Amino acid sequence: MKKYICVVCGFVYDPAIGMPEDGIPAGTAFADIPDDWACPDCGVSKSDFELVEA
Amino acid sequence: MTAAQAAGVVIVGSGLGGYTLARELRKLDRHTPLTLVTADGGEMYSKPMLSNAFGQNKSLDALVMKSAEQAAAELGITVLARSRLTAIDRAARTLRVGDANIAYDRLVLALGADPRPYVVPGGEQVPIATVNSLDDYRVWRAGLVPQGRVLLIGAGLIGCEFANDMASAGYRVTVIDPAAWPLGRLLPAALGELLRHGLEQAGVAVHTGRSVVRIETVVGDSFAAELDDGTRIGFDHALSAIGLVPRIALAAAAGLTVDRGIVVDRTLRSSDEAIYALGDCAQTEAGPLPFVLPLMAQARALAATLSGTPTALTLPAMPVVVKTPCLPLAVCPPPPGSRGDWIISGVGRDQQALFQDETGRSLGFALSGGAVGQRQSLAKEMPGVLG
Repeated sequence: MKKYICVVCGFVYDPAIGMPEDGIPAGTAFADIPDDWACPDCGVSKSDFELVEA
Repeated sequence: MTAAQAAGVVIVGSGLGGYTLARELRKLDRHTPLTLVTADGGEMYSKPMLSNAFGQNKSLDALVMKSAEQAAAELGITVLARSRLTAIDRAARTLRVGDANIAYDRLVLALGADPRPYVVPGGEQVPIATVNSLDDYRVWRAGLVPQGRVLLIGAGLIGCEFANDMASAGYRVTVIDPAAWPLGRLLPAALGELLRHGLEQAGVAVHTGRSVVRIETVVGDSFAAELDDGTRIGFDHALSAIGLVPRIALAAAAGLTVDRGIVVDRTLRSSDEAIYALGDCAQTEAGPLPFVLPLMAQARALAATLSGTPTALTLPAMPVVVKTPCLPLAVCPPPPGSRGDWIISGVGRDQQALFQDETGRSLGFALSGGAVGQRQSLAKEMPGVLG
């Protein structure tokens, strides 16, 4: 599954790890994260993430 | 470029504001011609990353997410890099850029801000850097000598972040601020003192309640600053981080209403119906908002407006994460002019400070250490910035 990076702070969402502390289990695709989720490091929105090119 | 450049939306500025607007607008509208004009190189980068680049092991190249050409191709826009706007002709709806005139139907000013000039006796003889762009940062970083002594003027958010980051990379950093403790405008004393301790543990010498009275060259590229308590501090590099001044001169010259920033309404529209502004150069009814989260919200609202759905900006309370690894911090400043007191609780480095009015209502907060994890949930309890 594809990773996404926060364009503001560089935090990378890796679906293999998920964000268990945010209630997002490992294996959750980025597209399936709730729209009101925010970057855990800098707080910008889900729409401020971009696909990490392989 | 030809004089017959298609009109459409023209954005001036390639910082986070300009590029986020371009990206959000393209999500809603693939067809309107979109031109981004910038005096900078047009690279897509994140300015907040500059002040913790060493800590993130980011080389100068790694800070560039996309070149101007890549960004233009991916977004389906025209990027005119190293192209400085010099005048706005509102009647003709054209911009003067170099020797060319660029037509616009709607213009967005995402000009950013200039570092506040630092004036000190002797300062005209000694190079004092400021960093508010990737270009600035390149020059600053290229000039550093390994383990050099760095004088940082200003212990605000950017000053503290740079101090921590430079110290982590082996530079010998001294930070000076007239306020009584670091981040004096954002933190209560107790958390400010924790930050002081954290910075000192990271190797930073912190002189608060002090000002520089004179700067001089000792020999060659070695300099010294004298403080108002007589302390003398030798340094090889000086960086000033004492705040930003919104870039309003071009807007003012064009007759737009300006105050501290370019005055905009809830739809980010200036006093000219064809001209909008966002980011550090703009002033909403909440005043200038020099942080990333309001900027991103502005870009989204403006993208909707420009694509045909007039959208008023609303801003919830937005916590700001301070990138000081020596002491994690998150702040959510109370609205300017608020009256109240800090109510502080916690153990050791893990502190929660709530700014409460006389009725006990929380208006803002500051969190340190492990308490920063509460920032998102706490922010939901705070009054919005623009309801």
